[in-house]
Amino acid sequence: MAEPVLEIRNLSKSFGALKAAVGVNFDLMPGEIHALIGPNGAGKTTLIHQIAGTLTPDEGEIRFLGKDVRSLSVAERARMGLGRTFQVSSLAQEFSALRNVMLAVQARQGTSFRFFRPVMSDPSLTEPAMAALQRVGLQDRADVPAAELSHGERRRLEIAIALALEARVFLLDEPMAGMGPDGSRELTAFLDELRHQAPILLVEHDMDAVFALADRVSVLVYGRVIASGPAAEIRRHPAVREAYLGEGA
Amino acid sequence: MSAALFIEQLLNGLQLGFMLFLMAAGLTLIFGVMGLINLAHGSLYMVGAFACAIVAAATGSFWLGLAASLAAAAAAGAIIEVLVIRRLYARDHLDQVLATFALILIFSEGARWLFGSFPLYLDIPSALGGAVRLPGGATYSAYRLAIIGIGILVAVGLWLLVSKTRLGMRIRAGESDREMVAALGVDIGLLYTLVFALGAALAGLAGAMVGALQSVQVGMGEPVLILAFVVIVIGGIGSIKGALVGALLVGVTDTLGRFLLPRGFELFMGTSDAATVGAAIASMLIYLVMAVVLAVRPQGLFPANR
Amino acid sequence: MRREQTVNACLILALLAAPVLAQLAGEPFFITLATRVTILALAATGLNIALGLGGLVSFGHAAFFGIGGYAAGILATHAFNGMPLFLGIPGTNQMPVIWIVAMAAAGLLALPIGVISLRTSGVYFIMITLAFAQMIFYFAISWPAYGGEDGLSIYVRNAFPGINTLKPMPFFLICFSLLAVALLVFSRLRDSRFGAALEAARQNPERLAAVGIAPNRIRLAAFVISAMVTALAGALFSDLNRFVSPSMLSWQMSGELIVLIILGGVGRLAGPLAGATLYVLFEYALGGITEHWQLFLGLILLAVVLFARGGVIGMLAGRAKHG
Repeated sequence: MAEPVLEIRNLSKSFGALKAAVGVNFDLMPGEIHALIGPNGAGKTTLIHQIAGTLTPDEGEIRFLGKDVRSLSVAERARMGLGRTFQVSSLAQEFSALRNVMLAVQARQGTSFRFFRPVMSDPSLTEPAMAALQRVGLQDRADVPAAELSHGERRRLEIAIALALEARVFLLDEPMAGMGPDGSRELTAFLDELRHQAPILLVEHDMDAVFALADRVSVLVYGRVIASGPAAEIRRHPAVREAYLGEGA
Repeated sequence: MSAALFIEQLLNGLQLGFMLFLMAAGLTLIFGVMGLINLAHGSLYMVGAFACAIVAAATGSFWLGLAASLAAAAAAGAIIEVLVIRRLYARDHLDQVLATFALILIFSEGARWLFGSFPLYLDIPSALGGAVRLPGGATYSAYRLAIIGIGILVAVGLWLLVSKTRLGMRIRAGESDREMVAALGVDIGLLYTLVFALGAALAGLAGAMVGALQSVQVGMGEPVLILAFVVIVIGGIGSIKGALVGALLVGVTDTLGRFLLPRGFELFMGTSDAATVGAAIASMLIYLVMAVVLAVRPQGLFPANR
Repeated sequence: MRREQTVNACLILALLAAPVLAQLAGEPFFITLATRVTILALAATGLNIALGLGGLVSFGHAAFFGIGGYAAGILATHAFNGMPLFLGIPGTNQMPVIWIVAMAAAGLLALPIGVISLRTSGVYFIMITLAFAQMIFYFAISWPAYGGEDGLSIYVRNAFPGINTLKPMPFFLICFSLLAVALLVFSRLRDSRFGAALEAARQNPERLAAVGIAPNRIRLAAFVISAMVTALAGALFSDLNRFVSPSMLSWQMSGELIVLIILGGVGRLAGPLAGATLYVLFEYALGGITEHWQLFLGLILLAVVLFARGGVIGMLAGRAKHG
């Protein structure tokens, strides 16, 4: 049996009285899409933050590629291959789409302490970046500043950045948010293909997308994983139906 | 070194501390509520000192001068808030620094134009001209003690204002959520003007009181402003409690450092060398304290919840 | 050629032409004025690396400007009186050595200041850099060995091999060459990988960390480089005035350096040059009319901040473009 790429054991995190994670266990196997669902405020984004390194867990273990990453910084984890997209697009707003992706290519290639060669005339940066833009269909928008891209384009740019990082794992925080039906369908097809490159931890509210894509689903409610298993099983799970009925869905 | 001398220096430190608190409280309140960094706060201090000196000279009454300093600084504060400052709330800190730096130039050169470069003098009111005998036999300036007393009163008053009153509730709400306050139907523009004028009045009060100890002149505000920055950085920007603790820490550290360090170095070296080295290090001491505090707690001692 | 490049070229040519014309017209005072513009532009170009590219609002760059100034003053004093500096090391009046010492001293100082200051951000960063500069300012005032409050005179302007630095024109050309080199360094730096990371650290540090580049290491390097360039300008400034005093370390000086950048255009290559030109011309023109020229400078500055963001370069060449 294969080793999990990402493994979370007994993770706990609270903010004062608010418990964002209580003994959470979660893993991600090679080639799979493991979706994390749950009502707002359940602690999904907090979990992503802890995996990415922007928040430190109170207790528990996070192993990535078999290595305990808790003492590593955000940048060090990213260099190991944690490719993350943000729930609200987080881009270098003044840079063009191309330069946003080039930043990821540059990071992957190693040191940024190179002071003289202009990046725009360096094909080892521009070509892979252009290729990543092409894969998400943004090649015609390469020169447009990130601030002027549409919402959907920004979401795709986030994914292009993760692609350019040659991530070993994708952490996608609500990639469908605000995409509209056509956009969601397109992105769903794209993610279905992406899983062959690296496994995906998918946090998503769009249940159509989740059940179309996910191999496994875990349900997080008030910081606890109340159910976890193959997608078909989770769909019928009474606790899940209750949690979602409780939310009015 | 006698105990009386030490007590005197300690009280001088507290007096400096409470004076800094008057400056720092306004700065930190303005930053906490409006998110604005105001370099021109030192100019409001100067406005207070000038108003006090001029009115006191014209009427012969220090107390009328003091009232005038509060009124003039509050009015100057309200005017610049309406004309300039409120355009800066939504801007980044760089723009705020630049615009309020420009205000310093305008205030300083304006004051030089009107009153010239020569310092004005302001006498300590006769009722407080004497010395007070402290328990233990030491004596201390009644006026400086009064500054400490006013500092304590202001600290208590601010605490009551922020935690017990309707205005304070709005200030605290404005700190956490501008939109919510606006939704409650509070005129947020008026609230901000009031908070700014309050901070300005405190700065003016500090300027007037210090004006009687030193001279009243253009440029008097900026050294105090920078000390007040050190205070709020140490205390935690936005926290009134932090401003109080930071101000007393800075006041006492600075005063006792200047007093004790040269004497301490005499143990290792000749008197004149010790005086030089001691004075040089004492002048840097509060900045070293600040560096240490920040190295340990980058958000200051009492980080405000922002 | 892009419009900004045209504007930049015109500014640089004008800076070079002004003293030549002054020389021909027999008005050496204007050469000194142009030298002042050049040196202030160099100092602000240094700050522009940290502030313009990296978004680090350092309100303490006077510290580095002054350190450069004192390096020149102290070395020159020891060369003049023949006393060794310390441990038998002699002073020097050779500009290249002085420049290296000035830059090294500022770099070594900027490193710990940067490490501590970069633990914070926003307003805290502004105030901490200010406070560190004040610390050095008060040290300079209370340390009597090099003049304390009164400052330090340089009796003979320092020398450069093969050039007569005592004449205004050759000294201007030295300063101009250094500014040209600094502008070249700035533009290469901005377009390099380091520059890309630095500009990204300004725009969105979370994003930069998420692709695997730690923002603070980039910022620290930028802060140190920035301090070194400003220190070089400081060394030239004390040679221009043949005098160095604590006022070079004062918070007003830090404020002025920021003002130069804002007047010219934040993060723009020629922003500091445009700003310094404008500033010195204001000072000269308004200063001839009224001794209260700073009042009007304040009003103009206020107007620029409130209504004309982007500065001179922004007005002449439009918005900044990022490839």
